[in-house]
Amino acid sequence: MSVLVETQALERVLPATVPVTLVSDITLSISDNEFVAITGPSGSGKSSLLYLLGLLDRPSAGTLTIGGRNMAELSETERAALRLASMGFVFQFHFLLPEFSVRANVELPMRKLGRLSASQRRARAEELLDSLGLAAHLDKLPEQLSGGQRQRVAIARALANDPPLVLADEPTGSLDSQSSEQVFHILNDLVREHGKTVVAVTHEESIAERVDRRIHLIDGRLADWQDDTSPVTSP
Amino acid sequence: MTTLILDLAVTHILGRGRQTWVAILSVGLGVGFSIAMAALMQGGEDDLIDQLVNDMPHVQISDEQREARRQPVENVFAATRIRGLRPLEDRRGMLNPEQIRAQLSAWVPGELVWRLETQGVVQYAGRDQGITIYGIEPQPETEVEAIKAEDFIRGDFSSLLSGGNNIVIGDGLANKLGADYGTTLTLVSSTGQTRAFKVTGLFHTGTTARDEGEGYVLLKKAQILSERPNVINNIRLYLPDPDMASDVAARAEAQVGYKAVSWQEANESLLEALVIRNVIMYTVVGTILLVAGFGIYNIISTLTHEKARDIAILKSLGFTARDMRRLFVIEGLMFGVAGSVLGWLLGFGLCVALSMVRFELSGGVVGQEITHLPLAWSIWHYLIAGGFAMLSAAVAGYLPARRAARLNPVAIIRGAT
Repeated sequence: MSVLVETQALERVLPATVPVTLVSDITLSISDNEFVAITGPSGSGKSSLLYLLGLLDRPSAGTLTIGGRNMAELSETERAALRLASMGFVFQFHFLLPEFSVRANVELPMRKLGRLSASQRRARAEELLDSLGLAAHLDKLPEQLSGGQRQRVAIARALANDPPLVLADEPTGSLDSQSSEQVFHILNDLVREHGKTVVAVTHEESIAERVDRRIHLIDGRLADWQDDTSPVTSP
Repeated sequence: MTTLILDLAVTHILGRGRQTWVAILSVGLGVGFSIAMAALMQGGEDDLIDQLVNDMPHVQISDEQREARRQPVENVFAATRIRGLRPLEDRRGMLNPEQIRAQLSAWVPGELVWRLETQGVVQYAGRDQGITIYGIEPQPETEVEAIKAEDFIRGDFSSLLSGGNNIVIGDGLANKLGADYGTTLTLVSSTGQTRAFKVTGLFHTGTTARDEGEGYVLLKKAQILSERPNVINNIRLYLPDPDMASDVAARAEAQVGYKAVSWQEANESLLEALVIRNVIMYTVVGTILLVAGFGIYNIISTLTHEKARDIAILKSLGFTARDMRRLFVIEGLMFGVAGSVLGWLLGFGLCVALSMVRFELSGGVVGQEITHLPLAWSIWHYLIAGGFAMLSAAVAGYLPARRAARLNPVAIIRGAT
């Protein structure tokens, strides 16, 4: 397995009268085809770290390398292009566009990327939704679906451009246990059967204990203890 | 990509329902009334200029001089300065009129007419009325339509040639004197000469000063009446293009030495007033559309607030700040386009309705005159009003769009979760 994501002394401080440190001194690496959970108590900086890894936020200090490229060298447009082509996001809430149908929501990243024709996009959206058990809901609006179904649509959208890296922020946080289990299996299958790398922030121990590796944060820093099999390095 | 942004924009706008229609209606009303107002004001202006251009000669050369002639002493001594020198007040007409006519005929495009203009009193049935007597040659006056054929109630200029002393007057003057077609009037010139003239033509131009204060006789008769044989004091040029008047007047004045006044110079203050009126009109039109722009700004601004989460989602998917700016500017422009189209229809409808408004004015002896509102039909009114609306909509969309583009997706996602 090669290293997909690597950080060196990553830090994010919110500028304010009294600066707020969200994450500090994060040095880690994530390999491809790995399922990693970021855990920790509320306010420990889990989501902040995920947003940094997902290029939604810029670090105040330290370096972030994805696929061997230093992200500090990229412009906002290049970062957006990398997000579009190489990353998929799943949030705690589905965050689907409410006016667009299920199919249109899944097609959205493909339309933005512009690599596929309309018929190819349509076929890929239907294939993804079918694989997630949503074939019967293609033309429905998000509000017509249950919470679990919406989250599966969000996963389908995250996978639309076939990105190597999927980032999930509490993907099961708003779901019942049955739906949570479904979503976990889908994410797990992405790693096991489709060779993706999944980084998921989670509070749920039942999920964290079943992934390849756990990155535990306390007060914005890597905890002293990490998963035994973890390649995470503490400075 | 553009269709994707358009899809998103259309979805946002249609999702606003009643607010969308109110904004489109406000732009439409602004555009529509602007078009109707511009058509009315331009129509009024065109009508006025048309009257100025058609009822007056394009260039009028009189026997006046702008400056005193150069004095012989000035040719001898360079240091000579003469103060208080004025042209001769005794206007005896133009020197060598035949030569002047020949000189001008050689290059002036269009038609020339020449007149002797003098003051006199017309007497009939114990009533006296001061008038301006024009000595004319009927054929060229008829060709240039100094009085339009349709303005003659009876007779025309050619009736002056029917033998004897004949005069053509306005119906207003005839009414004042109690005279009619065929009546014999007495004309008294400023030199005291008295002659009897038979009314062989009556006209009604609608301009009181002309209808009550002008009389036309043969040039020869006017010269005899005013005791100025072979004299003319007024040359009128009618050009194929009225806009040439200033250049032609300048050249004619330089050539013949007499004061040549173009219709633009004669009506300079009026034309300046029209410019000011146009500035006021376009300011009002701009203000109307600016106010409509505030409506658009309000909606787009509300949309960017309401759609903050969508903006964050789109940015997380890989949409750029530029995409977000384009999205909301396009939404603003959509209001502008829809409002403009609605406004064009409304403006056209208003113009049609205004064109059907009729005023019945008392027309004296010619009976009832029916007058329409003067309207100008110009594609430019539609394009300018639409352009203003689009500009207003683009600015109204751009300001909130710029804010939307700057939104930090992390802050919104954190807020939502």
